[in-house]
Amino acid sequence: MMLLLLAWRNLWRNPNRSLITMASVWCAVVLAIAMSSLQKGVFDHLVANVVSFYTGYVQVHRVGYHSEQTLENSFLLTDSIQNAVLSSPGVASVTPRLEAFALASTGEKTKGCLVTGIAPESEDRVTRLRSKVVAGEYSGDSSQRILIAEGLAGRLQTGVGDTVILLGQGYYGATAAGKYAVGGILHFGSPDLNDQLVFLPLALAQHWLDAPGLATTLVVSPGRPADTEANAALLRAALPADFETLTWQEMMPDIYEHIQTDTASGAIILAVLYLLISFGIFATLLMMLAERQREFGMLVALGMKKWQLARMVMFESVFITLTGCLLGILVSIPLVWWLNRHPIRFGGEIAEIYERFGFEAVFPASLAPSIFWNQAIAVLVIGLLLSSYPVIKVLYLKPVEAMQA
Amino acid sequence: MPVIDVHNVSKIYNPETIPVYAVNNVHLHLERGEFTALVGPSGSGKTTLLNIIGGLDAPTEGQVVINGTDITRLTPNQLIQFRLHNIGFVFQSFNLIPVLTARENVEFIMLLQGAPKAERERRVNELMAAVGLSDKMDVRPAQLSGGQQQRVAVARALASKPQFILADEPTANLDSHSATNLLDMMAQLNRDEGMTFIFSTHDARVIERARRVITLVDGSIASDTASVDVAAGHK
Repeated sequence: MMLLLLAWRNLWRNPNRSLITMASVWCAVVLAIAMSSLQKGVFDHLVANVVSFYTGYVQVHRVGYHSEQTLENSFLLTDSIQNAVLSSPGVASVTPRLEAFALASTGEKTKGCLVTGIAPESEDRVTRLRSKVVAGEYSGDSSQRILIAEGLAGRLQTGVGDTVILLGQGYYGATAAGKYAVGGILHFGSPDLNDQLVFLPLALAQHWLDAPGLATTLVVSPGRPADTEANAALLRAALPADFETLTWQEMMPDIYEHIQTDTASGAIILAVLYLLISFGIFATLLMMLAERQREFGMLVALGMKKWQLARMVMFESVFITLTGCLLGILVSIPLVWWLNRHPIRFGGEIAEIYERFGFEAVFPASLAPSIFWNQAIAVLVIGLLLSSYPVIKVLYLKPVEAMQA
Repeated sequence: MPVIDVHNVSKIYNPETIPVYAVNNVHLHLERGEFTALVGPSGSGKTTLLNIIGGLDAPTEGQVVINGTDITRLTPNQLIQFRLHNIGFVFQSFNLIPVLTARENVEFIMLLQGAPKAERERRVNELMAAVGLSDKMDVRPAQLSGGQQQRVAVARALASKPQFILADEPTANLDSHSATNLLDMMAQLNRDEGMTFIFSTHDARVIERARRVITLVDGSIASDTASVDVAAGHK
């Protein structure tokens, strides 16, 4: 307690210097938090658009389906396989799909699309598909109508109540042809998905593809997205050997690599930022050390143990960095909240780049508490590391020489 | 038994090349209750000898025995602990911790000793009254005069209940009035409580009051005289 009090008061011996040092930490922390939260916001948005709205965090297929997506690699959808997935630890919900590529046609317009047979109720629990309906109605399990993505509907110049012809290849080469009324229009944030998705109730899709009782995919929703890898590992162990379990990172390596690369470059920028302020803090600590040599000598002469003195110096370093950091976090909270509520929206080339990855160029800042804690921990570590030099100097201090300094 | 026993102590700088004897074969006994001045010209070795007696500096040769403990055999950490419990220091300047109040400066040494709060409070009040600064308890050193700062330093030195107090040029930066007040107070503590004071000084006012004056020249004791009158009065 005595050391903490001494350390805190020592900071204010030269208030201008301490305030300037704290301000540099404050500035770095605000920049770091804003940058990290925007970066994480982008990735969360990407995952939310591309992963949770369609792919799902984890998928289970028959072995080989991921590399060759044909109906011949489908599996018989039994209660036992669905129950095996559902009973695996960490799995919140599961929904089956039967997927096939097809041509969608209305009048003179034809376009390639991805037709997905879904169980509408469980699909909504996993991907919140119902929330994407912008016109018409969401399907029931026994519905005979289809749902079509907004972009595709636009290209086909079709709307709710119109008829769309789907032409594809059914199970074992059978021709799959069907004529369906549009029951609802869906909007997806990802332009890629928005331009190609068509949904049918599962039974209707099985009938259209002549694949009764079959499914190509089980989409699994973990209780906590952060536990995706761990849950997938448990699923792999629990399911029969002729099933494959893939995480979204494995299914979409380009997006995952993009996130990893961007995260790494962000970390380098943060490291440079913190390196720069570290020099400032270090200079302050050196000045404090030089100015107080005689006092340190006097304290040791009086009977203060060197490790007590070293701890006091360490506290000073940590105080100066943590105070700046806490002030930075306090200022960052409303800033990040505002950036979350008013996301940055890019256009032009940047928007095109992101659209190539399949999502909107919208940048809402993330409010994840880990962003704030990570900065606090990083700054604490910097404070401790920087204090090592004065601590070593104190441990080797000779009181007589110090008092004569 | 003498409180301080200095046996043939030498401090030699550059012993391998050009040896410089800061302290040269000093033999000295200091008894409890002494009010002794180490005097001599600049460079005579009085501060070095005081530092060696205080365990702040190690002799090149010889032994320093304090109350039966040979401090030249102690490790640096043991020395710090020994100083904390046995020796009070009053330095010429940079004596007080500037960020602590007078009360906290005095209490600081007892905190290091791990004294309980009630005892610390009682003793701080006693000592601040003894040095005549009860009204300056919550004032920081920068707001005290040089003389008042030295009085607080004396109170702090006494707070650890030391065997003796080493004072290195305590009056050097004080005006005449402050120096007289400080010396009066120290003499009173010596007389009333039997506290041993050993000064390193140039100051004639200190030398006048000392009951024993040890003169150092070139690191050696040139003379060691006791004031018969004062010594008789003390008895």
